[in-house]
Formats: sequence, C-alpha cells, structure tokens
Amino acid sequence: MRLKLVVWRQPGPTAAGRFVTYEANDVTPDMSFLEMLDMVNEDLQNRGEAPIAFDHDCREGICGSCGMMINGVAHGPMKGTATCQLHMRSFRDGDTVHIEPWRARAFPVVKDLVVDRSALDRIIASGGFVSVNTGGAQDANNILISKDQVDQAMDAAACIGCGACVAACPNASASLFTSAKLSHLALLPQGQPERFRRTLSMIDRMEEEGFGACTFHGECQEACPKEISIDNIVRMNRDYVKSTVTKREEKALAGGD
Amino acid sequence: MELKSNIPDGPITEKWDRHRFEMKLVNPANRRRHSVIVVGTGLAGGSAAATLGEQGYNVLCFCYHDSPRRAHSIAAQGGINAAKNYQNDGDSIWRLFYDTVKGGDFRSREANVYRLSQISVNIIDQCVAQGVPFAREYGGLLANRSFGGAQVSRTFYARGQTGQQLLLGAYQALERQIGRGQVKMFPQHEMLDLIVIDGRARGIVTRNLVTGAMEAYTADAVVLATGGYGNVFYLSTNAKKSNATAIWRAYKKGAAFANPCFTQIHPTCIPQSGEHQSKLTLMSESLRNDGRVWVPKQKGDKRAPNEIPEQDRDYYLERRYPSFGNLSPRDIASRAAKTVCDEGRGVGPGGLGVYLDFRDAIQRFGENTIRERYGNLFEMYERITDENPYKVPMRIYPAVHYTMGGLWVDYNLQTTIPGLFAGGEANFSDHGANRLGASALMQGLADGYFVLPYTLGNYIGSTKLEKIDASHPEARKALAEAQARTKRFLEIRGKRTVDSIHRELGKVMWELCGMARNAEGLRRALDLIPKLREEFWTNLNVAGSDAELNQALEKAGRVADFLELGELMVRDALHREESCGGHFREEYQTPDGEAKRDDERFAYVAAWEYAGQEKDPILNKEPLVFENVHLSQRSYK
Ligand code: FES
Repeated sequence: MRLKLVVWRQPGPTAAGRFVTYEANDVTPDMSFLEMLDMVNEDLQNRGEAPIAFDHDCREGICGSCGMMINGVAHGPMKGTATCQLHMRSFRDGDTVHIEPWRARAFPVVKDLVVDRSALDRIIASGGFVSVNTGGAQDANNILISKDQVDQAMDAAACIGCGACVAACPNASASLFTSAKLSHLALLPQGQPERFRRTLSMIDRMEEEGFGACTFHGECQEACPKEISIDNIVRMNRDYVKSTVTKREEKALAGGD
Repeated sequence: MELKSNIPDGPITEKWDRHRFEMKLVNPANRRRHSVIVVGTGLAGGSAAATLGEQGYNVLCFCYHDSPRRAHSIAAQGGINAAKNYQNDGDSIWRLFYDTVKGGDFRSREANVYRLSQISVNIIDQCVAQGVPFAREYGGLLANRSFGGAQVSRTFYARGQTGQQLLLGAYQALERQIGRGQVKMFPQHEMLDLIVIDGRARGIVTRNLVTGAMEAYTADAVVLATGGYGNVFYLSTNAKKSNATAIWRAYKKGAAFANPCFTQIHPTCIPQSGEHQSKLTLMSESLRNDGRVWVPKQKGDKRAPNEIPEQDRDYYLERRYPSFGNLSPRDIASRAAKTVCDEGRGVGPGGLGVYLDFRDAIQRFGENTIRERYGNLFEMYERITDENPYKVPMRIYPAVHYTMGGLWVDYNLQTTIPGLFAGGEANFSDHGANRLGASALMQGLADGYFVLPYTLGNYIGSTKLEKIDASHPEARKALAEAQARTKRFLEIRGKRTVDSIHRELGKVMWELCGMARNAEGLRRALDLIPKLREEFWTNLNVAGSDAELNQALEKAGRVADFLELGELMVRDALHREESCGGHFREEYQTPDGEAKRDDERFAYVAAWEYAGQEKDPILNKEPLVFENVHLSQRSYK
C-alpha cells in the first residue's frame, strides 16, 4: 500500500520546526510502524537527505524508548500498544498519517520526533525506591504477600516510562506515571516505611519539573501502552492527603516549623 | 600474554568466602576519594553502579539511552534462576552449579560458576527487599517455574516481564544514589574508546549523542557492562542499539576477547516475515513448559495445523529427547528445529518455522490458566503475526539471542588490562558454550550486586594510582583519535547506507557462522568480511554532521566495529574443531547428529589478543580443569 506521511521535522532544540510531507510506497501490512519509517529513512538517505530522527530500541514494547503522536493519538490507533508494536495492517492504502513528537513543556524536543524525558528520571530519583542497600536482606520468603496484592502491584509496575500519558493529557500531567510507581511500592509491604515521604517528594518533584495538574480527563489511561489504570492516581491523591496531614502532625509534635 | 585466572585456593565450596576475607578493604572514609566509571546500566552495570555508590565510591555512570531504565536487560521475559529449593524438589547450590557447567557443555570455569550458584540465593532476597513484584502462590510465598535444561523448578518470575522488574529494581537503587549525589549519571553518552595509562585502564572517551560533544573522563577503575554482540547478525532478538563498541575498543587496547564464536541461538522466536524485518522477537522459553513443539511428519504437508491429525504430527523434541522433551536446552532445541526444516518439514512462509502448540495445555488447564501464565506473550504474538495462539499453534523459529563470548576476565572479573573489569553479558562469563534459560539475569545481578563491588574494592585498595585528569596526554590522544574516526565516517560520502551494509554482514554471519558451521563456509566468510569492510570504508553514506543528534553516524561507528568483530568470530569458529553447545561444526557430530566435543584438544578458553591492524590476532589458551563436575557427553535423552 501507499501512504502519505506528514512528519514534524525540527533540526534541533532551539530551531523552528515544520511539517514535511513524504510518500511511503511499498508498505506491507506485516511491517511494523517503525519498519515503515526505516524504509522511508533508507529512501531519504539514498537521496542524500537527513533521515527522520526517532527514538526506539527494543521494538518489543518494553523499553519505553519509542513514542510519537500518530494522527493525534499517542502511540497510534491500537489500544494497549506501543508505537514499535503497531503494525501497518492498522492503516489503509491511501491514508494520510500525521506524525509528531510528544508535546509537553517538561519534554523539550531534541530533534524531529525525539524529546527529552529526563524529568521522569528525576521524579524517580526524588523518592521512587525502597531505601535498602545491597546485602543483608532477609530470606525472600519471610515476607508473605498475597497473590492478589502482588498482582495489583505488578499491574502498576508494568509502566515502561514512555511518557505517552503526559503526551496524551491536555494538561501534560505526569500523574499516571508518578502514581504507577507510587502504587507499585505502596501496594507492597516493602514500600510501607517510606510510603508517605515518597508520595510527598515525588509529587513535589513532578510539579517542579513543569508537568501540569491532573483534572481526570482519563486520556492517559487510554494512551498507555500497558493499560495502566487511573485508579492509581486516585490512590496517589489519597496518600497525598494523608501525607500532608502526617507531615503537619509531625511538625506540630516537633514544635512547629 | 599471560592468562592468570586467579582462582583462589581451597575447596570449591569455600573459595569465594575465603577470597572475600583475603581481599583488601578500602576504609569507608577514603572511598569518596576514589572514582569508578561504570559503562552500561543494564542489570550488571546498574546494580554495580548503585552498590558502589552505596559503599561510598564516587561513581560516574554512562549509558547511551535517554534513561538508564531502558537498557536491554529490560526485555528479558522468562525469569531468573536461584538455588533456593523453595519447592523442595531436590534443588541445591550444587545442583545449579552442576546444571550450569553441564548446560554450558563444559566450557566454563568451575570456580566462577560455583560462586554464581552460591550468590543466586542472595539475589532473590535483595530483589524482594527492593520491592520487585515476583509471582506468588496463594499462601503468599514466592512461586517458581521450570525452565529449559533443568529438572527442578528454580525460576523466579514476574509475569513475562522479569527482566523489566529486576532492572527497575536496580534502576531505582541507582536513581537513589543519583539523588544522593553518589553517582553522577551521564545518559545519552556513548563510550567510543578506552583510556589506558601506564598499562592500567584509567578512563573512557565518550560522545554526547545529543550535542555531539566528545570528551574524556578519567577514574581509578573502569567497569564495562555493555552487553552482548548478537547484533553482528543484524537480525537478532537484541535491541536495535545493542552493540559491541565498548568491548571491541577495549579489545583493541589490549583486553583479550574470549570465545567470540559462542553464540546462543534461541529456539522460540517469531519467524521473519520479510526483507523489511528490523529485528526478531523472542517468545519466552517458559512457553515450552506448556507448549508442545511439532512439525508434520510428511514433507510439504500444506494442511492447516488444526487439520493435521495426531498420527501425522511429529513431536520431535519429545521423540528425540524423552527425558527433557520440550524443555531440552536451547542449543539442542534450536538445532533440532533446523534439522526438521532442512528436511523440508518446516511450516509457514519459506518453510522456516515449527509449531508451538498449546492445544493440549488449554484442554488440561483451561484457557484462563494459560492466559494467566502467558497472557502478555500471547498478546504480543498476536500483535505481530495477526494470529490467535489460543486457537492456532504459534509458529516459531530459532534466532540469535545471546553471546556467551566476551571480554576474558579472571575470577575477579578483571580483564587482561588491570583496572578494567567486565560484568554481565559483556564478559565471557559463566555460561561456557551455551547458556541455560533464566541464567543471564542471575549472572548480571550476581556480577553487579555481589562480585564487582568487592573485587573493585580489592583492586583500588591494593593499587597505588597516580592522580590524573582528562588533560593527561594519553587521554587527549585517545580523544583526538576518537574524534578523527567519527569525522571519517562523514567524509566517505559514498552511496550506501549503514543499514544496507549491516544487513549484508548479518547475512554472511547467519549463513556461514550461524546455527551450523563448517570449515569451507567459514573460510568463505573470512574472504567476504574484509571485502565488505572495504566497501564500508569506501562507499558509506552518512548524512548530517557530528555536532548534532545523528543516528546514522552512531550506527556507523557500531557497524564499523561489528565488521571487525565478525571476522574474529569466524576465526574462532574455524579454529575450534569440535562441536560444543551453541557452536556446532558440521564435521564434528555423533552418528545421531549430536554435538561431538573434543576435550583432549579443546577443553580451554580461547582468548584472542589484538596484534595490530592488518595482523592476525594471537590465540591464548586458558586450560579448563574439571575437578568437581564429571566431564561427560551431554545427554538429554
Ligand atoms: S522501542 Fe522499546 S518500547 Fe518501543
């Protein structure tokens, strides 16, 4: 099949960007979306033009490197599917496909379809962990965790950190990402000792990074390639309220600010 | 070159404990004055950097991804082995050790493998403490499953995303140290060369992939945890960016490269669908727990799989290997698939595929149980092939997956360059000529959490290191060389894209140095690869500049190194006149088509030493001594 691609090209972080139209001929339904772009890039290079930059690595939907807006939808039309796992059988001969980078204040464009998502790492660095050093852990079976509980934690832990939730959100909020990490740890006994500190610091960090506030549009869970639920955001907000109360009490006990 | 394995004295069960006691410690107050460079943030690198940070060293950590969480360990599906014997099915440290040495077809170092088995139990404890959500039984205890090459259930897993969950554990520990300022993280930095000063590894040269800036960084020691080199074959299950540049540069600076020809071909991957194919997708080996592998008995049987009655099916693994059946080790299962396809009994396009059928398991346990166990893998399969594996059997075919070869290291994981250490898939490691399923994650984390932090301390504590910085003439020289090399790619201005040459190299490697090899084909490859290298250096076309994000330029550097490494792999395969594990030489097989080892001549590690451009590399041998595991012909019958 043949497609018309309208692709965002931007030479660098500070340069102006624009849409450029390309033809993609010889597309077959069993190609992945990124293989289709590979083909276009081979053509461009053979004509002496610069290929379209896009991030990708595993091409198995797990590393979270890939991601672009395809016809206005983060990761494209197939639900629960990262861009690299999207196949061309989701498109029809003659379609026009608009391809853009994630758009969010906290994700500046690096080049073409590549954006800088390091803000997400900084949210994790602010508290998204259990503070245990290597060595000295007790026997793993000393901690009993019910199957249901670990399954729920795993649902949240499945986040691949691609940033689609941010791109899909009208407020460019990182609430789904942050709440997924918080829930993963809050649902497990290992995460309890630092639960409220963690909630406070990660949410504070999220705001400092310039992500927007969550107003429950729910676009994030629609776009998420791992179908992570916004229930996690509800849990995060509940914990946030509790944490601020605990913090106030702690302060009062310590004799105020 | 002298290969000193530095295996501690004493009985194998006590070596590591004794060694830990004998190693030098660095006073905690002094550690912050010592710096370590860690390259790579997969399981080995991420866990090493985090642990070294916890210990108080000044760590500089580099990865070429935009985030350390994206390293390719993340894609490991099936699980991680540990000798916990939680299932009370007769497992033990000794059995895991034995299975691993045997599974590796007796081409690994006993002492290292024993240590790995010992440490395996600590890894699980550590990961659970971090909050890794391993699968559980209803009673709240950890669940296990069995994996190829073992008759006990010792594999821990988190759905089909075990690598992801373990990596997130290590990544979180790493981010914690980054937050504390103990680790300085350099994402989007690719290592392009190693800096060696007075015979010791003292730093690296990197390119900032976003700005193109090239810089030299120095430290007291360098750890390479940069993964394997399966992408030599172009098509593999490796992530697209996985490459050999870091270890290849180290090789060219004097680190010996061990057993480069030992490549693992994984039996259960989704077959290639066309020329546009950019990578191959693995279907976890855990599927073989419940799936049965078969092909039609008749050549060219064109019936749909569900229409082929029982008596016309050949469950060839169950037939040939009754005691391990569908759970035969990877090398054996892959070769058996190749054999039936060569006989013309393969299925799917081009006859390059075999069925992996869940019909019986679904009948026995119900669709829900199967969905529970493998749901995400089934979905992934359907997304790629547009076929529903609950209804039609999967089609699978072997693909390059893992490389057992890598930088030669001693017991301390130190290469032949003092101060340069290698962990995870980047070293030649503990898997001999074939790695058992669920052992890569184990080895990566063992190296990173529990071995390197000790042995690096010992090196730093017992070595007098001069203060140096990036202005040292050797550092400046390495930087200038790397800059010149990068420029060269842009100046060729030929006609061919990097990918087109890479694909061509991949074909040569797969056809002549893949699942089965013979002297004639290998000699042909030795003729073809230098020609292709010539083509690369005279007819390459890389657009753009080196002062920006330039993905074609990045690839050019990686493929340039693959074009050299490929040749070394072929040389190694040619010299090893025996079949063992993943290395199958057609001339050396038993009458029933099994690998025939030659322990008299080849019970050694082949460690290749770089001798200079246009010179043949030098072969060094580390003899392998088996005092605890009885050398025998591997049988899974
Ligand atoms: S490339 Fe890894 S998730 Fe798409």
